[in-house]
Amino acid sequence: MAYSYQLKRVDFIFRNENDWEKVLSATIKKKPEELINELISSELKGRGGAGFPTGLKWKLTAESKAPEKYVICNADEGEPGTFKDREILSKVPYKVLTAMAVCGYVTGAKQGFIYLRGEYKFLEAELYKAIDEFQYYCKEIDLDFKIKIFMGSGAYICGEETALMESMEGRRGEPRNKPPFPTQAGYMGVPTVINNVETLVHTWTIFKYGAKKFYDLGVQYSRGTKLFSVSGDTPKPGIYELELGMSLQDFVYEFGDGDTKAVQVGGASGFLVPRKKFKDTAIGYEGKLVGISLPTGGSMMLFNSSRSMFNVLDNYLEFFREECCGQCTPCRVGCQQLLLGIKAVKRGEKPASYLNKLLKLTETMQLTAKCGLGQSVANSFSSIVENFREEMIY
Amino acid sequence: MNPIQSLIRNLANQYGRSRENLLPVMQGVIQQEKFLSEYSMIEIAREMDIPAAEVFGTATFYSFLETKPAGKYIIRVCKTITCAMKGKNQLLFAIQDMLKIKVGETSPDKRFTLLETNCLGWCHKAPAMLVNDEVYTEVSPERVREILTKYMNENN
Repeated sequence: MAYSYQLKRVDFIFRNENDWEKVLSATIKKKPEELINELISSELKGRGGAGFPTGLKWKLTAESKAPEKYVICNADEGEPGTFKDREILSKVPYKVLTAMAVCGYVTGAKQGFIYLRGEYKFLEAELYKAIDEFQYYCKEIDLDFKIKIFMGSGAYICGEETALMESMEGRRGEPRNKPPFPTQAGYMGVPTVINNVETLVHTWTIFKYGAKKFYDLGVQYSRGTKLFSVSGDTPKPGIYELELGMSLQDFVYEFGDGDTKAVQVGGASGFLVPRKKFKDTAIGYEGKLVGISLPTGGSMMLFNSSRSMFNVLDNYLEFFREECCGQCTPCRVGCQQLLLGIKAVKRGEKPASYLNKLLKLTETMQLTAKCGLGQSVANSFSSIVENFREEMIY
Repeated sequence: MNPIQSLIRNLANQYGRSRENLLPVMQGVIQQEKFLSEYSMIEIAREMDIPAAEVFGTATFYSFLETKPAGKYIIRVCKTITCAMKGKNQLLFAIQDMLKIKVGETSPDKRFTLLETNCLGWCHKAPAMLVNDEVYTEVSPERVREILTKYMNENN
């Protein structure tokens, strides 16, 4: 069967460019407002998964009159199936550092941090080398901006921005109530821009090539490119930069092993899409194009028909139960009960209708949990249980 | 001053004594001692002037801040979905068989501790494991024997 499909491969992020000094000095000659407008018109949205408009984030922080501000690069990449940030930091660290310094220039922050997850400690020495070289150049052009690495110690929840700040302040990584948002009161209570590693690299692309070049890629509401971490049952696992807005069907044609049963989009906190819905699913931020549109931090895990979806869900729930910070009851008790619940149904100790009760529990968690972790357990749980109900029971 | 006290004092001098330096100080102790004993946590609390309960509370939150005695080499095998699909169990069996310890245990010679951990971020090269800070990917049972032999033969 001939099926013509289009997946647009792009190469911006890992393009080897040795001109960061030029880009940095040219960019900071422009006015901060100009740079913010450039970012806003590019429609760049956060690439960590939540999709907040980056230009707006910088603008809000820039507008604050606080004497001290911070820039944080979130490299606590813990979502199962995501491994793009490590690749960026090891291959093109200077792009990240440049983007952080520009962010500091735009917002008025003098200090930047990279929050690096403990699992990536082997990157620390190399990264410090890059930082030293970078700081040396900053001094030369009279740019007052320092960058430090803060090492995490193995906690998925610290990828949540306010939990990350708690952790940097020397406390348990428990998410804060929002508002106030980090742009108002972040690290040490002062306005803070916190961006994902990949988001920062995209700002580099925008500052170097202009917003239009970025805007012209992708589709409406989902502009630009995105790094996808492809793993699972695929003949070519790895990291790929693709234009946003592709249909999942096209993705599976390219990366599937011919027997793809389902794809998990967005990691354990994302959605499972079964084969019959591939055609109707697009990858991008909200906005109705082809049926449903799913955002993702870049994690794409493929499962073929040899996999039991019960085992997949069981693995996710165990992950959430362990990584839940334990602060709020819906998530702490919810994750435990969901895990016990599906096991009881599988063993026949509870009737199949018990699954409906568990689905209701995830709805409650979605409404009442304090942070994104507890709220998003419902995503994978309901998409797996609803689409593969019989596998949960027999 | 005993060695732990002076280690903690040096770390506190290096990073500072305010609360936001608690994690770097604890990480420094782990680097040297492999785990945070009750004694080191109390010493950290005294040195940095923080309630000991707060130090304990913070330490126990993070999975890489061990509070139980651990061996010289901490093996962390990734158990999240892709690694689980690509042979994590065979890898664990091979390690258990070779070191004669189960998950969560430390070998009698205090050389190895075996643990499972959540996603290490190497899903495209599964299964993955960490030995202290060193990463090993696409580890087959055969390869893990070679890797561990290397650590076993290392002096002291």
